[in-house]
Amino acid sequence: MSNQTRMNVTVTEVVEVNSLIKRFRFVREDGGAMPGFSGGAHTVVEMDDNGTRRLNAYSLMSDPADSSGYEISVRRDDSGRGGSLFMHKGVKPGMKMVISQPVNLFGLDLRARKHLMIAGGIGITPFIAQMAQLDSLGHRFELHYAARDADLCAYGAELSARYGERLHRYYDVEKQAIDLANLLKTQPIGTHLYVCGPKGMIGWVLSTAQKMGWPKGALHSEEFLAPPVGEAFTVQLSRSGVSIDVGPTQSMLEALEAAGIDAPYLCRGGACGQCECKVDAAEGEILHYDHWLSDDQKAAKTHIMPCVSRFKGERLVIDL
Amino acid sequence: MSQTQADDVMKSRPLYGRLVPKQGSYHFIVADGEGGEAVASLLNAAPDMKPRAHIIYIPGANGTDLTGMVSGLGARVFHPAPSYASASQRINKVLGDAHMGLQLYAAGTEGLIGQVQRDAMAAGLPHDALTTEQRGSLARRVQCVHCKGITENVTLDPFVCAHCGLNLFVRDHYSRRLAAFQGVCIDAEDPGEVPPSEERFK
Ligand code: FES
Repeated sequence: MSNQTRMNVTVTEVVEVNSLIKRFRFVREDGGAMPGFSGGAHTVVEMDDNGTRRLNAYSLMSDPADSSGYEISVRRDDSGRGGSLFMHKGVKPGMKMVISQPVNLFGLDLRARKHLMIAGGIGITPFIAQMAQLDSLGHRFELHYAARDADLCAYGAELSARYGERLHRYYDVEKQAIDLANLLKTQPIGTHLYVCGPKGMIGWVLSTAQKMGWPKGALHSEEFLAPPVGEAFTVQLSRSGVSIDVGPTQSMLEALEAAGIDAPYLCRGGACGQCECKVDAAEGEILHYDHWLSDDQKAAKTHIMPCVSRFKGERLVIDL
Repeated sequence: MSQTQADDVMKSRPLYGRLVPKQGSYHFIVADGEGGEAVASLLNAAPDMKPRAHIIYIPGANGTDLTGMVSGLGARVFHPAPSYASASQRINKVLGDAHMGLQLYAAGTEGLIGQVQRDAMAAGLPHDALTTEQRGSLARRVQCVHCKGITENVTLDPFVCAHCGLNLFVRDHYSRRLAAFQGVCIDAEDPGEVPPSEERFK
């Protein structure tokens, strides 16, 4: 049970933003208004990839005030499981697709005096929606955006044109780096910090802020993990007694769904906790890839997050 | 004197910790009454904080006055104040001018801690930003739900609202926004039937 209502949509635009990123626009098939969302929300896009059903979460980047459609940007991952490749190669304007209602796991704290945002690469997308929202509310914000070079700094130029001084861009190839210590030192009391980007960047920003005395309640991050590929394994479900094979490029959650089991999920990226499942028996090693379970829970092999985690060993039985 | 032990009952009932040194660029400490002792142990445990410490100290409503001791702790700025109300402008100015990285500490009575918490949140800090330690009197700041008046340093339960004169029962229901417990009329059904007051918050 996903707790999500699905919507039938039509792809109305596919735009090549740069050599790695494409933007997609969806409108409802019935012509109705899209459900409202707040900056930071994502939608789960369903794909039928040659018979394999994939559901990938993407941040909404369109203006939350625009209820005529949703926009997402997808970065092509040539070594990934194929979801982004499917979006890049298979999705054309006019195509019918199914997406979920928006869910926000990376919302703004509007009690903040100021919003300081740090984006790495494709991590810019939730901030595009958040900045539109903050700008219309008249809230104070500033965004620092790091990318490999000007070409891969998607939307950088237009965001700079729109937000001027509030936008700062950094290009790795030009050896420009965010002066994080200085930036964090000079923020007024009541600033909240948001970071979205690669794992290394999130770790660096959060640990630096904590070392400099930022309270946890002022720190916000989002990292969608693509479910990793791995060796095939089998999972037994103790309640129904069935055994399900999980393929190398399939997540356990996808394998459950393919077998007709309605398992819970929200983010499909190891972040929200919704898919948490009790482990009845694990003879072998659980490959935990989520950042939901505590280290103790991971070590104790009592729980698993089927959206990203895998198994290697003799026998895995879960309470489902 | 040891830390005040509070029995926790209701979810909104605040729990307090200890003043332990935190990493940060500046240390802003507000204390009243016996809270001065917690400030002393904090600065003695981390003397390197002193050049970046700013203390505001208010004598306790129960008469405990450690102004002399606290002023001698070696903080970069020491400011005595007769009451929270008189210190409030200064507290808000320090918070308003500060940068993230400032560490905020409050020690002493629940009424003081709650007011620092309220002002910190008004400055935009999240509620986990404050390090607290409850010391000394358990007297409560109570808001009468009927007239909305706040009575400070309530030790008796039930007590008479200082504003409207109703007999109030002190609940554990606590409001962070008001920094006060809730007082509810105890004899609304049978006016005059008031159980004897007990000194519950010494
Ligand atoms: S669906 Fe969010 S953690 Fe698995």
